[in-house]
Amino acid sequence: MSTIPLDYETLRLIWWLLLGVLLIGFAIMGGRDLGVGALLPFAARTDEERRILLNVIGPTWEGNQVWLVLGGGAIFAAFPPLYAVSFSGFYLAMMVILLALILRPVGFKFRGKVEDPRWRSAWDWALFIGGFVPALIMGVAVGNVLLGAPFHLDDTMRIFYTGNFFQLLMPFALLAGLVSLGMIVTHGATLIVGRTEGAIAERARTYGIWAGLGTIALFALGGAWVAFMNGYVITSVIDPNAPINPLSKSVELVQGGWLNNYRLYPWMIAAPVLGFAGLALAVFGLSSGRKWLAYLSSSTAIFGIISTAGLSIFPFFLPSSTMPNAGLTLWDASSSHLTLFIMLIATLIFLPIIVLYTGWVFRVMRGTVTGDNLTKNPNAY
Amino acid sequence: MIDMLVVDLSRWQFAATAMYHFIFVPLTLGLSFMMAIMESVYVMTGRQIWRKATLFWGTLFGINFAMGVATGIVMEFQFGMNWSYYSHYVGDIFGAPLAIEGLMAFFLEATFIGLFFFGWDRLSKVGHLVVTWLTALGANFSALWILVANGWMQNPVGAKFNPDTMRMEITDFMAVIFNPVAQAKFVHTVSAGYLTGAVFVLAISALFLVKGKHVELAKRSAVVAASFGLAAALSVVVLGDESGYVATEHQIMKIAALEAMYETEPAPAPWTLIGFPGENGQMGFHISVPWVGGLITTRSFTEELPGINELVERAQDRIRSGIVAYNALQDIRADGSNQEARAVFDEYWPDLGYGLLLKKYRVDIENATDEEIVMAAADTVPSVWPLFWTFRIMMGLGFFYIAFFALWFYRASRGWIDTNKPLLWFSLFTLPLPWVAIESGWFIAEFGRQPWVVEGVLPTFYAASGLTVLDLVLSLTFFVLLYSVLIVIMVILMVRVIKAGPKDQIFTSKGQPDDDDDFVIAALPATPATKERGS
Repeated sequence: MSTIPLDYETLRLIWWLLLGVLLIGFAIMGGRDLGVGALLPFAARTDEERRILLNVIGPTWEGNQVWLVLGGGAIFAAFPPLYAVSFSGFYLAMMVILLALILRPVGFKFRGKVEDPRWRSAWDWALFIGGFVPALIMGVAVGNVLLGAPFHLDDTMRIFYTGNFFQLLMPFALLAGLVSLGMIVTHGATLIVGRTEGAIAERARTYGIWAGLGTIALFALGGAWVAFMNGYVITSVIDPNAPINPLSKSVELVQGGWLNNYRLYPWMIAAPVLGFAGLALAVFGLSSGRKWLAYLSSSTAIFGIISTAGLSIFPFFLPSSTMPNAGLTLWDASSSHLTLFIMLIATLIFLPIIVLYTGWVFRVMRGTVTGDNLTKNPNAY
Repeated sequence: MIDMLVVDLSRWQFAATAMYHFIFVPLTLGLSFMMAIMESVYVMTGRQIWRKATLFWGTLFGINFAMGVATGIVMEFQFGMNWSYYSHYVGDIFGAPLAIEGLMAFFLEATFIGLFFFGWDRLSKVGHLVVTWLTALGANFSALWILVANGWMQNPVGAKFNPDTMRMEITDFMAVIFNPVAQAKFVHTVSAGYLTGAVFVLAISALFLVKGKHVELAKRSAVVAASFGLAAALSVVVLGDESGYVATEHQIMKIAALEAMYETEPAPAPWTLIGFPGENGQMGFHISVPWVGGLITTRSFTEELPGINELVERAQDRIRSGIVAYNALQDIRADGSNQEARAVFDEYWPDLGYGLLLKKYRVDIENATDEEIVMAAADTVPSVWPLFWTFRIMMGLGFFYIAFFALWFYRASRGWIDTNKPLLWFSLFTLPLPWVAIESGWFIAEFGRQPWVVEGVLPTFYAASGLTVLDLVLSLTFFVLLYSVLIVIMVILMVRVIKAGPKDQIFTSKGQPDDDDDFVIAALPATPATKERGS
């Protein structure tokens, strides 16, 4: 493997970062559409208002969702054991997310094709589920990651998951779900305020302010909870260049263990600080009518909050509560050296192109959406 | 031991959701290109009717595309959800094309599809045309990477088992991309998609012509469909033959099963046109054509094609050497520095998968009895009669569509498009047939590979997640209910759009004067578009 110009350890770290970029990318780009979906029945009351909201996100939501598809693909390609354990272990939770994600594309497309108000109202609620449920469940999943998942591995790397769906709904996990929902709703509200006018924007502003304030409180509560909760700490020496073998390490549960990284690397405090500051500035931007400040701040908040979760559990991806040494880390759940390198090359080629054309499409579709747009474009939702 | 009920339910679920997803994919592939062609004609000629056509087919495309997106994300999740051991075992290779599909293809398609619908009044004519082409291109790139992934499951090149990590790992990525099976499958599959798009456009245009509605638009659409369809039908058959020829090299058992060829025939083998294969290793009543079988599969008069029974005997030998590989693997897992075991493993690892077939019968496969080896070898034969028949249905439809489109192409070039009512009705009623052919094709590809999920490397039953029967019952029920409701809604909406017919659009391209010119156009053969297609 001497022909690969980057060593295994560096590539694993790069892919840990890239996975973060993709998931944060989805939370910011796709999150705005989820947030608008979750606010749809409340911020917009009449059919015309709802159509306006759907046409704010309609032209770009499909591209935004690809951040999630790509995140899934990247987990599969770069960290196959993580993909295998998390998707099969959280099986029924994944089914719930799939329900929501199936309803979205058909909801957008089908809703406007029939005039009947009952039809439209039914799809409005389907789109609400499509936004609300993933935002909540993905947060619950992160909460469960911090708690550790009940799985173990045998010597052939076969996975045995011993929990069930209802065990996912622990108080701490629900708290994490609410943090996720709150930040996504705040973010969606900033988009609505930025791209609409009149009554919808007013309502969204109010919801956004409350959601932002609530998320600050919940995120703080989550931080305090983590300080008293057990975290997972690796107690053996890790060889970051070794072939994957999760079972070769030893792991201990330590109260407040998830805060260890902040003691070791104080710069990591920046992540939660960005989370709080972003939320506070988003609330300020919303209440003072600074649309761009609000939107960029809620994006920053998402970056800060997800980074906080990722850095707290580093180097873990998914700890195991029933067999702690089987917990998956970036060092022992990655693809081979060569695959990580090939995938990095592919990403370096295509990701900048994606950012360029996405930027162009956003520019073409910029501007406030009003009732006028609905009548001008026969393709409007 | 592995719960075989969970495995069977997982297989049903994957088959159902994959085949359902593939109702929408081929239409996306074909229709996107036809829309791009129609819009190109619009931009080149400035004739509004071509834009009207693009928009009309685009509306139907949009409904279909939404279903494709909704069911596509399920596919990406299901590998991990239901096939977690597969995901671990081959994720190092299989994950890469899926991720690259997202990077290179799906991002492109999904980003520009929004502009296709919302960008008409915000882009110049050429700008919008570029968007339409990029959408079509994205859809086709997507098919490329998915078939690279699937091709690897059929012919796992460029990878080796690593005993230290207990999985297959990539050794040669170029071999994975340029896998001959993947390449043959890609061109065959996208051609099938183009055929589907052409039949769809032609059938609905025929309906309009029969009813005497939207005649000018329907005539033009029919001309595009007839020429695109003829090219697609020819290439789907020729490339399908190539796909079969490549399979003869890499998946002999699949070919033998498709042909229900139990005994090795002297070259050149006959080809069975119709027959009734039994499961007892015998062919019942059948009609055969001499020589054709050997020519199709080996393209030679002298190469012999082994029959199923001979292949089963070969499988027994491979299972025995698979046990040797398995034992060496156990020794390496116990002591990583055991160089002797590593040497043995290096020699025998290609048969490890055959050894794993025994896991169906016992955990400690090193103690397998001769009877168990015989049973495991018999498992390497996929169920013959469904393959034999679906293959003939698919092939028959391929040849049918060559004749069908040749007739249409001839009539279109003579300007006889709406003159023959029975042909128009007939064309409408052929609408479901491309899907029959395509679903048969996927059935052959996937069912014909059984008992393997990755040919020769990983048995399907060994690849499933350790879920409970309840998990599977819940998810399968969910999919059946939701998917049934959705397809009914989709068909109703499409019928409504077709009944409403094409609309005159009121918006204009950015920076362009509204070039509302000739809605009434003279006889079709005189239009530049048909001249170009016909020459």
